[in-house]
Amino acid sequence: MELKGKAHKLGDDINTDYIISGRYKFKTLDMDELATHIFEDLDPEFYSRLNPGDFIVAGKNFGCGSSREQAPLAIKHAKVAAVIAKSFARIFFRNAVNVGLMLIQADTDSIDNGDELAVYPEKGIIKNLSKNLEIPFTPLPEFMLEILKDGGLVEHFKKHGGYRIQKGR
Amino acid sequence: MGMTLAEAILSRKAGRPVKPGEIVLVDLDFMMGQDGTSPLAIKVFREMGGTKVFDPSKIALVIDHSSPSPNHGVSQLHDMMRKFARETGVILYDIGEGVCHQLLPERGHVVPGDVVIGADSHTCTYGALGAFATGVGSTDLAAAMISGKTWFRVPETIKITLNGNLPKGVFAKDIFLEIARLLTADGATYKALEYHGNTISQLSMDARFTIANMAIEVGAKVGLFVPDEISIEYARKHSSRNFEPVFPEKDAVYENEIEVKVDSLGPRVAAPHTVDNVKPIEELEGVPVQQAFIGTCTNGRLEDLEIAARILSGKKVHPDTRLIVAPASKMVLKEAIKRGIVETLLDAGAVFVTPGCGACVGTHNGVPADGENVISTANRNFKGRMGNPNAFIYLASPATVAASAIEGRITDPRKYL
Repeated sequence: MELKGKAHKLGDDINTDYIISGRYKFKTLDMDELATHIFEDLDPEFYSRLNPGDFIVAGKNFGCGSSREQAPLAIKHAKVAAVIAKSFARIFFRNAVNVGLMLIQADTDSIDNGDELAVYPEKGIIKNLSKNLEIPFTPLPEFMLEILKDGGLVEHFKKHGGYRIQKGR
Repeated sequence: MGMTLAEAILSRKAGRPVKPGEIVLVDLDFMMGQDGTSPLAIKVFREMGGTKVFDPSKIALVIDHSSPSPNHGVSQLHDMMRKFARETGVILYDIGEGVCHQLLPERGHVVPGDVVIGADSHTCTYGALGAFATGVGSTDLAAAMISGKTWFRVPETIKITLNGNLPKGVFAKDIFLEIARLLTADGATYKALEYHGNTISQLSMDARFTIANMAIEVGAKVGLFVPDEISIEYARKHSSRNFEPVFPEKDAVYENEIEVKVDSLGPRVAAPHTVDNVKPIEELEGVPVQQAFIGTCTNGRLEDLEIAARILSGKKVHPDTRLIVAPASKMVLKEAIKRGIVETLLDAGAVFVTPGCGACVGTHNGVPADGENVISTANRNFKGRMGNPNAFIYLASPATVAASAIEGRITDPRKYL
């Protein structure tokens, strides 16, 4: 798998309310509508600068706060290819895998806003094409990559009739 | 190499020894959703092709986040939950029964050694009983309602040792706020917390629920207390289920260890807008508060209302301050009525709202005005948490909140004890 796009850089501790403000998330279950408001409180122009396949790049503890799935769903519906961060809050991490949003945990210090990136999720490599740098990372466990490749847990269940993970592995 | 409590519980469930970092698929003993997350879980359940749940006696839906419904949109979502419960036979706790994290232990759904998930981030509360309990999203809940299982990455464990006697005016909340200060808001991300030390035998179940509840505020997956006489007795009293508690091994390997010297603690307050922005009360005394709130899955239990009543007995809430009280459940409310706690608080000027989460999550029942300061017994003080991004939330123990309500400003509770 190769993902290519531009980096949109954010800081540390981006909580689920910053991802999608409570003003919108309680109002509708229409995720395409929610997607147009992502990161609006941090930067009202954020969504308009985003092209399909781009990356959100952040610091530590991305997605902290509530257990609501609207946060990763809105990012996915904004057609973001992956979120790359130094670390993720754990419920956001699970929710992202379950809804089919790719997450990459890597050192993001050398990535600047606007850098062109190529990401190889299985190989564990980010190529910063603008800076001619390679950033290695530990790929997600195979089990999670499988759910992601299926497009999320709903599709995974439809396809396999349940979790495909082996008990004794 | 011995196992921590988290590893021991997951190993028993997996039927083989497990190590931190592994992914395990385990059978669940109980699962729960609330009215903010269940509607999406029901939708996903249907998208997955779900028609019946794996075992309706192991699933509870709780209407507590907006309870009773404040508007038409929420009413429709509640209706969806009630219909789903009728259709599938899952347990429904409707309006006024209480906050999910009080109800599950109180009604005996969780016992030591269990593995439990809830579509609510504070599901870690049941760690007080020595249960591996953690928050998930709606899709995880939907998949679990169909399969009875979920996956976990086995967490590394941080050992937290609490030593010393609780000084006057210092409570479970102050202990956790100190832990939040030490670990910071993401200091335990993906990890298990495991509590040890000689303070624990002095902590009631109510106090332990407070500490376990806030594990997520340092990013942790679970906050576990080792089962002892107090927790086993609680589980026996509240549950008819047979259970075998699980314990950590003596030579367990911990990723990190910290010690809190409880006997040298004073009251603590988390200042806006993060839970780890914790200061000794001396640094914040005198900050005016327009609203004081006692309640939530952190501090809305009987012991919490009791200490507030002790402080407010014969006193009056300051005329420039509102005191809102939301008991954690109907059973807590009934017991508080029986013991005269409710009358004492009402006489002091408190306002009671329906047992539930409303004020804490900002759905209704106490949204502050622009520029107002709130002192609250809740677990989060994020910007906008109580429904207004232009308000300021300070977190403290019920004693500190009660004392502050009397003076209309942040007040050290020790002078009233």
